[in-house]
Amino acid sequence: MSRRYDSRTTIFSPEGRLYQVEYAMEAIGHAGSCVGVFSNEGVVLAVEKKVTSKLLEVSDQSEKMYVIDKHISCAVAGITADANILINQARLAAQRYRYQYQEPIPVEYLLQQVCDTKQGYTQFGGLRPFGVSFLFAGWDRHYGFQLYQSDPSGNYGGWKATAIGSNSNAAQSIMKSDYKEGLSLKEAHELAIKVLSKTMDSTTLAADKLEVTTMLKNKETNEVQVHRLREKELESLLTTSGLLSAQTETSG
Amino acid sequence: MDSIIALTGDGFVMCAADMTNARSIVVMKEDMDKIMELDRHRLLCMAGEPGDVAQFTEYVQKNVHLYQLRTGVSQSTRAIANFTRNELAKSLRKNPYSVNLLLGGYDQHDGPEVFYLDYLGTLHKMPFSAQGYCAYFILATLDRYYKPNMSEQEALEVMRKAIDEVRIRFLIKQPDFLIKVVDKNGIRTVSK
Repeated sequence: MSRRYDSRTTIFSPEGRLYQVEYAMEAIGHAGSCVGVFSNEGVVLAVEKKVTSKLLEVSDQSEKMYVIDKHISCAVAGITADANILINQARLAAQRYRYQYQEPIPVEYLLQQVCDTKQGYTQFGGLRPFGVSFLFAGWDRHYGFQLYQSDPSGNYGGWKATAIGSNSNAAQSIMKSDYKEGLSLKEAHELAIKVLSKTMDSTTLAADKLEVTTMLKNKETNEVQVHRLREKELESLLTTSGLLSAQTETSG
Repeated sequence: MDSIIALTGDGFVMCAADMTNARSIVVMKEDMDKIMELDRHRLLCMAGEPGDVAQFTEYVQKNVHLYQLRTGVSQSTRAIANFTRNELAKSLRKNPYSVNLLLGGYDQHDGPEVFYLDYLGTLHKMPFSAQGYCAYFILATLDRYYKPNMSEQEALEVMRKAIDEVRIRFLIKQPDFLIKVVDKNGIRTVSK
């Protein structure tokens, strides 16, 4: 009988709940964790790379971090196949906006459009909702650097530091106590790495299990850019944070 | 027959337009406002076929408002200019609006800006510009007297020189001109 109200997204249960939406959020709790930290100098996104099998060819492209436009990037937690649809739509929206106004799209406006789509799938016709949460990092002329989080219901909010995916509650409570107002970009990196190291299942932290990108302003051109940390940079970041596992230290 | 003029000064844009509405050889009225206020910091000077002008500029104005309601922020003057140009260029291949415009605006990031737009979908950022028959006289006057970063008083004098030129040389009478200024504090009417 418990299946009566959860086979269709459009139907409320007698307690006033939408089970399919709640299940979608549940699915995200099992995904690899993503952490976002905001600072006035830029925004850091860090994700856990889950190695499924050593036989799998490691692709150079990321499966969890996407550049939407020059000034916006995002991290994904949840079903990657679902995310691809939304990311494609977001990229299209960003370029359409550029075509119409000859200007980069404001971050929140882009997110609104993505979340409108997500919300639509919780309401209309027998489809399942997108099993995806996003962290959006971006910059615009109105509010400078920004960090947003969105969930499958279509809700979104702006954050100074936030996490999605597995152990996100633990991650958020660490950041709640450790986040300092007005921290530098370097401190933001360190906080993101530290939080990720505590939420990840594996005890050892190595550069190939992480991926970090930063939205920042190029010091020379003063233009906003997305910077993906190379393996060397990641290693030095791990070393300075004192988080590099003993095993890799000895072997390296 | 409309005469519209716009120029940028030190932290402001000054727009002027004649107030005559005429059809064929008949003057309909002489108190028409041809400088539309798109939002608190944007002026749109309008010239062309009156019906097309009313339809098209209201469409632009409502879209600017819609954008602000949806996003909670206002667009840059350049973004509005590009949107308007895009709409004109789209309509050009279907059912062209006979509309020529000057968009003047003040923006906290970009400062004062004037954009020239015509029905063919031309868009140019200009320090000063004019549209209509008046442009034949006025552009010469402005070339001679316009200086960058003029004070409002200086700009008003140059504007009056230009308008006087229209009154003296133009075959058709245009007795009254409306002058509006937009700066960081918003829009105000300077004189009629």
